[in-house]
Amino acid sequence: MIRTTVLTMARRVSLVLGLPAVLFAVWWFATAGSTDFYVPPLSTILQKFGEVWTGERLLSDVLPSLLRLTAGYLLAVVIGVGLGLVVGMSRVARDVLEPVLELFRAIPPPVLVPVIMLFAGIGDTMKVLVIVSGCMWPVLLNTVEGVRAVDEVLSDTCRSYGITGTSRLRHLVLRSASPQIVTGMRQALSIGIILMVISEMFAASNGLGFTIVQFQRSFAIPEMWSGVLLLGLLGFLLSLLFRFAENRVMAWYQGLRRAQRNT
Amino acid sequence: MLDVRNLQKIYAGRNRSVEALRNLSFHIGAGELVCLVGPSGCGKTTLLKCMAGLLAPTSGEVRLDGRPVDGPPPGMAVVFQEYGRSLFAWMNVRDNVALPLRRKKLGKARERELVDHALEVVGLADAHQAYPWQLSGGMQQRVAIARAVAFEPKVLLMDEPFAAVDAQTRAELEDLIRRLWHELGVTVLFVTHDIDEAVYLGQRTIILSASPTVVLEDLTIDLPDERDQLHTRSSTRFAELRAHVYEQIQRAKHHNGDTDPPMADRSDELALQKSES
Repeated sequence: MIRTTVLTMARRVSLVLGLPAVLFAVWWFATAGSTDFYVPPLSTILQKFGEVWTGERLLSDVLPSLLRLTAGYLLAVVIGVGLGLVVGMSRVARDVLEPVLELFRAIPPPVLVPVIMLFAGIGDTMKVLVIVSGCMWPVLLNTVEGVRAVDEVLSDTCRSYGITGTSRLRHLVLRSASPQIVTGMRQALSIGIILMVISEMFAASNGLGFTIVQFQRSFAIPEMWSGVLLLGLLGFLLSLLFRFAENRVMAWYQGLRRAQRNT
Repeated sequence: MLDVRNLQKIYAGRNRSVEALRNLSFHIGAGELVCLVGPSGCGKTTLLKCMAGLLAPTSGEVRLDGRPVDGPPPGMAVVFQEYGRSLFAWMNVRDNVALPLRRKKLGKARERELVDHALEVVGLADAHQAYPWQLSGGMQQRVAIARAVAFEPKVLLMDEPFAAVDAQTRAELEDLIRRLWHELGVTVLFVTHDIDEAVYLGQRTIILSASPTVVLEDLTIDLPDERDQLHTRSSTRFAELRAHVYEQIQRAKHHNGDTDPPMADRSDELALQKSES
């Protein structure tokens, strides 16, 4: 029994890590004796990785980036869910807001960077606003979908038991829309990382995006590559973290889905 | 107790309007168990929603204890057919039952007592922590019934609650409803399309016509109060009543508010059959 679980665990881990390991190996051997200035050997990149990203830069560049991302992401989730609840529940709000929202949604957020810079300066506020401007859309649109899909029978049940107002919002609407909200949040996370980097490339004095561009401009190519690698790792870790939180909060939904599949 | 007076419901569409209920009047006394039966698509659910205050009738009214129903009244609980859609999948059984009680502000101890008792009487005393989707259909419907019981309603409306469970579970749940009705002294209106169920459960059966719906007959079920699946269902009187309701439903399929009013009272005929049996 324990043996089999260990075996299945091992199987799963090898499945998850298999392809990355292969890709890494390909990269390693393909660049092993590389003399191309722009494509240094992976061994050099890894060595630089150790030098560059441990120690001081962790505090001076990685941390500020992560703080901006966190602030922008959380703000986007709050705005997206809040606005999504209003738009999803009110026909009038939907009719009034939908055309405007569609218009704003169609604007690629990177284009907004210069615009936002005009009134928010080049500080952290600008970067957080850029992240918000991109991250809120998937959250907002998915929340609207989720709120509109609240089951009619469940809604009637709540009404007949006098579960109305904030109680209804908390126990029925938000919970029932949570699978869609979480989907929106997952999409927003990857958008957030992209916008974090982009906003730092425009005008910044620290941060991951800033540092990578600095390396590139000063022809510190292995260091630049190590920054790209770090971004990839960061995205991977954040999505793992997200999955972990999702598995805890949405355990009921996964169970429900399994139960529905089995019948 | 519960009065339905000249109830009419017309669904107004863009091009055509559908008259679901034509003219319905009946009365349910306090503590009665009444079944509503009718052919498929006869507007049973529309009627129930109007009575529960979930749907506004086009004309006529529903009165509970003399007061007109214009929204869900506080002393009423509804059990829907779709148990899978009427329970909160994100809450365990206990929280599902307890949620409607919070608004009543009864205090923690009383709330706990009500929930414990309700789950006990429906036979789910050991399923408090389970989630609805971990339970079978019949057990899920028991949770919905427990939630209604814990709410301590004066009137319990049930909309084809056992239509989606298997036959054996259904029989068990029917007996559960009879037992709860006896123990709690609650007024029950039970909507069904199942003729056997309509005869077995109630003290009275109201037979509805096809849509636009009118009341075809208000039939007293004169079976003894002590009922069980085996003996009641095999009794001669049960068979007679069942046959009578069956005939009426067959007629109802071609009969609605647009055709002539139903044939005159057939209770004489039934009384005759009874004396023979």
